[in-house]
Amino acid sequence: MSNNVVVADHVSKKFRLFKERNNSLKAAMMRGRRAISEDFWALKDVSFEVPEGSTFGLIGHNGSGKSTMLKCLAKILRPDGGSCRIDGKVSALLELGAGFHPELSGRENVFLNGAILGLGQKELHRRFDDIVEFAGIGAFIEEPVKNYSSGMYLRLGFSVAINVDPDVLLIDEVLAVGDEEFQRKCNEKIAELKAKNKTIVFVSHAMVQVHNLCDNVAWFEHGNLKELGPARELVSAYTGAVQVDRQEDEDGARWGSGEGRIEQVELLDTAGRELSKLRSGDPATIRIHYRMAEPIEQPVFSLAIQTLDGTNVSGPNTRDSHCVPEKLDGAGHVDLHFDCVRLLPNTYDLTCSLFDFNNLHPYDVRHKFLRFDVERGPIEETNGLVSLGGRWQIGDLVSDA
Amino acid sequence: MTAIAEYRGSRELFANLALRELRSKYRRSVLGWTWSMLNPLSSMIIYTLVFSFFLRVQPKPGNPSGLHEYSLWLLCAMLPWNFYQNCVTGSIAGLLGNANLIKKTYFPRELIPASVIAANLVMHFIEMSILLVVLLAFGDWRALVFLPLTLVFILVVAVFGLGFGLLFSVLNVYFRDIEHFTSILFLIWLYLTPLIYPETELAHRTIGGISLLAIFKLNPFTDFAEIFRDTLYSGRFPGLGDTVYVIAFSAAILALGLYVFNRLEGRLAEEL
Repeated sequence: MSNNVVVADHVSKKFRLFKERNNSLKAAMMRGRRAISEDFWALKDVSFEVPEGSTFGLIGHNGSGKSTMLKCLAKILRPDGGSCRIDGKVSALLELGAGFHPELSGRENVFLNGAILGLGQKELHRRFDDIVEFAGIGAFIEEPVKNYSSGMYLRLGFSVAINVDPDVLLIDEVLAVGDEEFQRKCNEKIAELKAKNKTIVFVSHAMVQVHNLCDNVAWFEHGNLKELGPARELVSAYTGAVQVDRQEDEDGARWGSGEGRIEQVELLDTAGRELSKLRSGDPATIRIHYRMAEPIEQPVFSLAIQTLDGTNVSGPNTRDSHCVPEKLDGAGHVDLHFDCVRLLPNTYDLTCSLFDFNNLHPYDVRHKFLRFDVERGPIEETNGLVSLGGRWQIGDLVSDA
Repeated sequence: MTAIAEYRGSRELFANLALRELRSKYRRSVLGWTWSMLNPLSSMIIYTLVFSFFLRVQPKPGNPSGLHEYSLWLLCAMLPWNFYQNCVTGSIAGLLGNANLIKKTYFPRELIPASVIAANLVMHFIEMSILLVVLLAFGDWRALVFLPLTLVFILVVAVFGLGFGLLFSVLNVYFRDIEHFTSILFLIWLYLTPLIYPETELAHRTIGGISLLAIFKLNPFTDFAEIFRDTLYSGRFPGLGDTVYVIAFSAAILALGLYVFNRLEGRLAEEL
């Protein structure tokens, strides 16, 4: 039995688009009104509920109303219709380090920011060391924050917000900034909060993140709640809808900016002949054919092998294996060689993608690009998805590798 | 009920905002807090020169204190006036200056004007303490006797300033004219108040049969000026009529300020 700690009840929010704005008294009096405006409904009758301890994602195009929704939840904007309710202590991360005063030291700003987020002074004193340590800014804490690098600024802002120990955390895309280490720390912290049964509502364009973190998702379109449902279903429906806007492909979803493209993926045997299916235990090669429209620096190719029910079996990429060229241009191919295919007989989907080095910018993602079967071969195991290649020994009796 | 709980919860934030206001005010200025003394001091010197030396304005000696010093007489009313003026202009600047905070975080918005007034109150206390020391040095021991009463009236001025601060700061977000309007308003208001010249200058003048003083007495700061001169300069109890009038007026302004602020604060994040 879970109760809903975040409730949006028929929320509508109207913005005025000013054709003519009279911000001065004289103009207002001359025209007899303050402004000529047109109403724009940023949110129209949106309702949803978030059960305690779950993670809720808000997805949609830019301008679809997700951030407005989050600001209504955070009480920064007052809805024109309906109401929002949140039970418990709320910490809203709409901007990291919002309200930092540039002339004041990090220490003074931590106390101010903590107070805004609702943390008492005693509590702040107790957590101060944790906050500074998590932010990793050391002695800089006594410096005015205007001397901070943007990374230090963000880290300190996040560190305060996360140490408030909120019951409900509202996050607006703030995690998409910062360097890789920072992102990793953020994601770890969020996973930690999730494990502590905190309720999280966040806006994101990173579908991988939404897919991994969220239980439920609200999909916004032009201020309307288009769909509400489990994250897994909605993310694929959403990415499916997004790719319709871009490029169509019969085999599966495809998205990306398109500077570099994945043209073809083949399964080959050792002699370079194309295979229609693989055999468990045989050597094989997966060959990715690419074509770059412009030189791409440090491109990362990755594969995801999934079963039909969506279980990830393996996800090798060139970056983890330290095989990233400085630059690629034109057309060519990338090979992934297996001395022994350890997949057990089943049907698998292969997703192939081309990202930038930080894994943030997709050039081309071909979702479930290739479906292939693995049949029985030299490896005769049948249970599970892969063979780990162990050897049995009972006394003098030893099995094959 | 929820509003009260919210206010209680934001006590710490209120203290923090006021501290920030105080800390950042004179940051990076060489003289720092000395500035808060230099401003009233310089206006005191100017007004004393112009009004006391050149124009020969002569306020009556303090009764019963017997004090007869234009510059001290001036400061007793000028410091509360400066405090009030700083409250209003500070609130206006505070709401604009904290636009980022308002757009990105939630807290009761009244806290911004309130913290500005609190910060100014601290500085006002310091200024008044110095004035008190000087008054004592001039032998005006009654100022010390009436100190508790003076403190109460300082708080009444703070309420008065908070009321106008709330009103003007939120209106200014919608009409940026207010900011410019207030600088003129305060200049006119200053001269419409017997602050730098004594009330006796008005006593025998009339407009259309009505005594000018009676009209000027409608201005609550005329009464404030008189009250502070009573308790500090002259060393006597302020008039009951004046007292009731300023307290009622301040309460009414605070109520109006809160009402207008609450009506308009909902869309602050959009309008800023």
